[in-house]
Amino acid sequence: MRRPHDVGGLEAGPLDTEEHPSEPWEKRVLVMRQLLGRQQPPIISADELRRGIEDLGADDYNRLSYHERWTAAIANILLHKGVISVDELGQQMHVVETRWQQERAL
Amino acid sequence: MSTPQFTVGQRVRVRAVFPPGHIRTPYYTRGRVGTIASLAGIDPNPEQLAYGQLDHPPVPVYRVRFRQPDLWPNYTGHPQDTTIVDICEHWLEASDDA
Repeated sequence: MRRPHDVGGLEAGPLDTEEHPSEPWEKRVLVMRQLLGRQQPPIISADELRRGIEDLGADDYNRLSYHERWTAAIANILLHKGVISVDELGQQMHVVETRWQQERAL
Repeated sequence: MSTPQFTVGQRVRVRAVFPPGHIRTPYYTRGRVGTIASLAGIDPNPEQLAYGQLDHPPVPVYRVRFRQPDLWPNYTGHPQDTTIVDICEHWLEASDDA
């Protein structure tokens, strides 16, 4: 079984080597991941994150951006470990989306 | 269990198995023969760390040198070109191939 990240030797076309400035939300994802890995034992280790990203499957793996993959994998692992619940995540997503809509309307 | 089985210069074949799960052994090395270049370390097995299992004994990890033409059938570079891949011991078996 070949997982979606394991692309060594496959045709992939040219690499995009342009610098991309980080969005603020991408920096928050990075810091969240660092904090989750800093506990002893880690809440999410680098190895678990990589596994979680591969577990997204080929469609999502190829469709999502680098930090979107991280976000999706972190959410799945935290749900699996019971650190957060589906309901908590859903409620908080609603809070954030409502705030974003309000700020956008200003 | 963590005493290294292989020695520098030994020929080894990467196991040609394709289980699901988190695996660090690149697909393109499976079934290929290379040479032990060095012992990279004795480290926790990422296949277990990836599932949050932190209490298993560490495993020997080797730097394995492959001739590029052995990895890529249509390799057009210099025939002496090599590439080195870090591979856990349980993915390797001794090989008689020169």
